[in-house]
Parts: sequence; C-alpha cells; structure tokens
Amino acid sequence: MTNTTIIPAVERKLKNRIGVGTTIRNTCTLTYRALLKMSKNPEIFVDFVVLPVMFTLLFTFLFGGAISGNIPNYLPVVIPGVLLMSSFTNCTTAGSKLREDVDKGTTSRFKSMPIARIAPLAGSLIADLVRYVMGGTTVFVTGYILGYRPEAGIPAVIFSILFMMFVAWCLSWVFAFISLCTKTISTASAIGVVVMFPLVFLSNAFVPAETMPSWLQYFVLQINPLSRVVIAVRHLLTYGTIGADFWFALFGTLAILVVFIPLTVNAYNHKA
Amino acid sequence: MMKNNAILAVEAHGLVKTFGDNRAVDGVSLSIPTGSICAVLGPNGAGKTTTINMLATLSKPDAGNVKIFGYDVVRETQIVRQLIGLTGQFASIDEDLTALENLMIFGRLYGYSRKDSKRKANELLEEFGLSDVASRALSKFSGGMRRRLDLAVSLISQPPLIFLDEPTTGLDPRTRMQMWQSIRNLVKGGSTVLLTTQYLDEADQLADNIVVIDKGRVVANDTPDGLKRSVGSSSLHLTIKDVDNAANAAQIIERILDARVHLAEASELIAPIDNTDKLTDVLTTLKDAGIALSGVNILQPTLYEVFFALTGEGSKDQKEEN
Repeated sequence: MTNTTIIPAVERKLKNRIGVGTTIRNTCTLTYRALLKMSKNPEIFVDFVVLPVMFTLLFTFLFGGAISGNIPNYLPVVIPGVLLMSSFTNCTTAGSKLREDVDKGTTSRFKSMPIARIAPLAGSLIADLVRYVMGGTTVFVTGYILGYRPEAGIPAVIFSILFMMFVAWCLSWVFAFISLCTKTISTASAIGVVVMFPLVFLSNAFVPAETMPSWLQYFVLQINPLSRVVIAVRHLLTYGTIGADFWFALFGTLAILVVFIPLTVNAYNHKA
Repeated sequence: MMKNNAILAVEAHGLVKTFGDNRAVDGVSLSIPTGSICAVLGPNGAGKTTTINMLATLSKPDAGNVKIFGYDVVRETQIVRQLIGLTGQFASIDEDLTALENLMIFGRLYGYSRKDSKRKANELLEEFGLSDVASRALSKFSGGMRRRLDLAVSLISQPPLIFLDEPTTGLDPRTRMQMWQSIRNLVKGGSTVLLTTQYLDEADQLADNIVVIDKGRVVANDTPDGLKRSVGSSSLHLTIKDVDNAANAAQIIERILDARVHLAEASELIAPIDNTDKLTDVLTTLKDAGIALSGVNILQPTLYEVFFALTGEGSKDQKEEN
C-alpha cells in the first residue's frame, strides 16, 4: 500500500444511489458474515437443537397421557405446537446479534460505507432462516423417533417447516425492532419472553381449546394469531391441504413484515 | 491534477449538533486541503467524535453544511461514502472472525470480487504486519493489533479521505509509533487524513494543521508551529520558597522570557519558554534578587496548557477533572 497511489476524488466515477443489484450483493455478503459467525459459536446451537428436543420430550411424556389419553394420540397435537414454540423462541432473539453490532460500533462503520441501508439487517435476519430450519427439522426428527408419522407424508413436513420458517422470519422483524429500541439487550430478551410465553401457551399449541373456559377459548381461538398458525400446520400435516387458516396466517404475517421492515430499518439507522 | 488541488477534501461551515440541551458541536468550521493531515485536538467531550460523525455521514448536522471533495454530505451521501474511510474509536471488527475473514467481508461489501478481496486483504495484512496471524480469531488479538486491523479495514477501498477517531488512545508507545508510521504512509499515497486526538504531541508529530476544539467550538486553527508559538513549546514551572516573593519573581520571569506568567498556586509560577538557554538567565537573576526556589521543572506543554493559552480559562478545571 505504501507505493499505491490513491485515485483522486475528481477522477472517480461515482453515483449517488444504491441499485437493487448492490443491495442484493450486500445482503448476501452480510448473510454470509452472520452464518460464519454462527458457525464459530457452536454454543448457540443449544438454542435451536437442544431446546426443541427437550420440549418435545417434555410435553409428550408429561401431557400426552392426560390430554390425549396416550402418547401416540398426542403427537399430532404437540409436534406442531413445539414447532411453533421453537420457531417463536428463536425469533425473539433475532435482534441480539444486530444489537451487538450497534453496541460495538460495527454498525457505525457499515453506515459510513456505500452499502444498502437494509443489508446489515436483512443479512442478519436471513441468516436466522438456518436456525428455523434446523429447529423445525429437529422437532420432526424427535417426533419421528417417538413414533409420529404425519398422514400427509414428507412433502407436508417440509412444507410445514418452510411455512413456519416464513412466519417466524416475518415476526423476527418485530423482535429486531424491539431489541433496537430498548436500552440493553437483556431488556429486549426479557420483553421477548414476556411476549412469547402468553402467546404460545394461551393458544391451542399444546392443549385443545375445547377444555378451556369459554372466555379463554375466545382469546385462544379468536384473538391469538398463533392458534391460526398451529391449526394451519396441523391441517397441512394431517390432510396435506391448505385451509383458510393458512392464508390467514400467511397474509397476517406478511402484513406485519410490510409494517415492520421500514420501522426496523429506521430504528437501526437511528441507533448507530 | 491542478483541479485536484483546488478542491478541498473537507469543507465544513458552522456545524451544529444538539443533543437535548447540550450543544455538543456549536458552530465548527473546518477546511482541509487534499493530501494533508488535519488533527482535531480536544479533551473528552469536546465534540470531536460528534464532529467526525457528521463529516462521515453518520449523523446529520442540525445546522451548517459539509462538502467532501465538493460533494454535499446530506444531499450526496452515497457519493461521499464512496470517498471516505472511517475508523471509529471502538474497534468495529468482528471478534468471532479471523483477520482475513474480516477484511474479505469488507472487501466484498465495497464491491470487489472474492479474488480481489482476498488479494487486497492479504496485501493489507502484509502492510500492517499481521500476515502471520491472518487466520487467527480476533479474540486473541492485542489492542494494538485490533486497532491496526481496524485501520486496514478502512483502507480496502483506498478512499481518498480517511477519518480516524482517536487512533492511538490506549496504545502502548511502540504500537503508537507504528500507527503514526501507517498514517504517514497513507498521506504519501495521496490520501487526506482527519484524525482526532487528545494528545498534543500526536497532533504535533502528524498534522499539517491542528484544529483545537473545546465545548463544541473551535478555539484555534493553526499549524503545529503556529500553535506552539502561542503556547510556548515547553513551559517552565518554578516553585518559590517564600510566597511573598512570588510577585517579584513573576516580574523577573516576564521580563526575561517576554511571556505571560501564570500563578498555578500561590508559590508555583508557570511560564512558556521557547528557548531553554534562557533558563540560566532566569535562575541567576532570581538568585541575585535573593529569591530562593524549592523546585524547577521544564515540562512539555499539555493539552490543558494549550487551552489555557488559547482561552485563558479552563486549565484548572480540566486538571481537577482528571
């Protein structure tokens, strides 16, 4: 570098906007960065491999007999539930890596560079897709070992994992937004838990809604959007077809995505 | 090339940035000719980082305007970002990744192909003496190595203007020298450098021009020599045994050194001294006048003395804060 001559500013070809191609390229690079970081921190695999296994075993053996009479009958109920829970748990922590970048100053550097504003965010969240897929696969493998054979077969399983991945990914923008707005990472993860527990447990993920008092049934079935997701996945795994709940869940989460992308990008740009 | 020299690398007028009630930057103006090093000198909280953030497109000024090589930072942000490199106060590289991976990712972000990124990364690692640790995780790097790598990251795109926010704070003297050498090399290649520092000697060593800021305002903007002329390159500290003689002693010193004497404590006199030969005159004259001393020191000027000389205030407050 000592003998490199810097090209003077006036002789450079410059343009004042970032094109779509650059945006995609930047996002890919930063996705790669996030994946590389993930691969160097194997302890995070506890989150999305060990936890799903643990929850599947726990719920199946603890509640199986009580709720469905026996374990084989409970598996079709609980597997979609655990799938939802593990994806949702993963997406509540989506913002922590972003927040780390902000706190350490990496974001400031990104901001001073000619790259797309959305790329650091999108890169980090897209890399999370790996977590949802691994978590989902773990749930189904554990279920298979316990004797779960979904009637609609392997394609429905794959489709369910992808569907849940998409839902979780859309919701992860909300949690990324929260983690960028709070003072510390620990506040953000506390909020994540506070939001996650009531939504996951006050749904039909683990317990059929019919056994609940009627006011709770109303919340579980009519208000909590996660119930729709669980119903959609159960329907898919049992009949191999897409019902109204699937579309409801899909468009609902898409709407969340559309609202939260600009909000999150804005929060990210202001935080650095 | 003629045209090149005519364009200022940085041209800022009346920059203001307010955080709540605090005017962190309060009317800063700067101009830096292409190919020079400008040092922004000031204590913690003077507004150095806030100023750099505005120049480097990280935050919008509340008032005033900035042109980088003639491009407006607010309206032509993306162009400006292609012309600058920023090394912040905090190492902004990834601890989990290796030095090579870090550099390559930034290379890719600047739009180089995988192959070019790798080549450039290796060149920079070589240049900064980090080749043999290229594939080691950064968490095992020392502070100085991180700082150098952080600088290397800013150089990947070979930007004509580089911002360095306190590049040597917290480094040991040897690493500091290496950093200085790297900065000098940049300018040899045709870059323009703006650095912030708390150390007068660093500004003196590196800069063509020093801008002193305090409480968000520019209090001086001069060459190192010009600045030193106003402060005195060193200062003479005399402690008088008998406090009653202080006024008398001050008069003698003022006459010989032809400079203002300031009383730090009742018995301690401080005066700028350019020529240490004059010290003998001072001491003999004081002895002839029967004024006994309990201490004599010649000290390099500190930032606080610069402030004292420039603003006539703040010196004592600053000392107490530290």
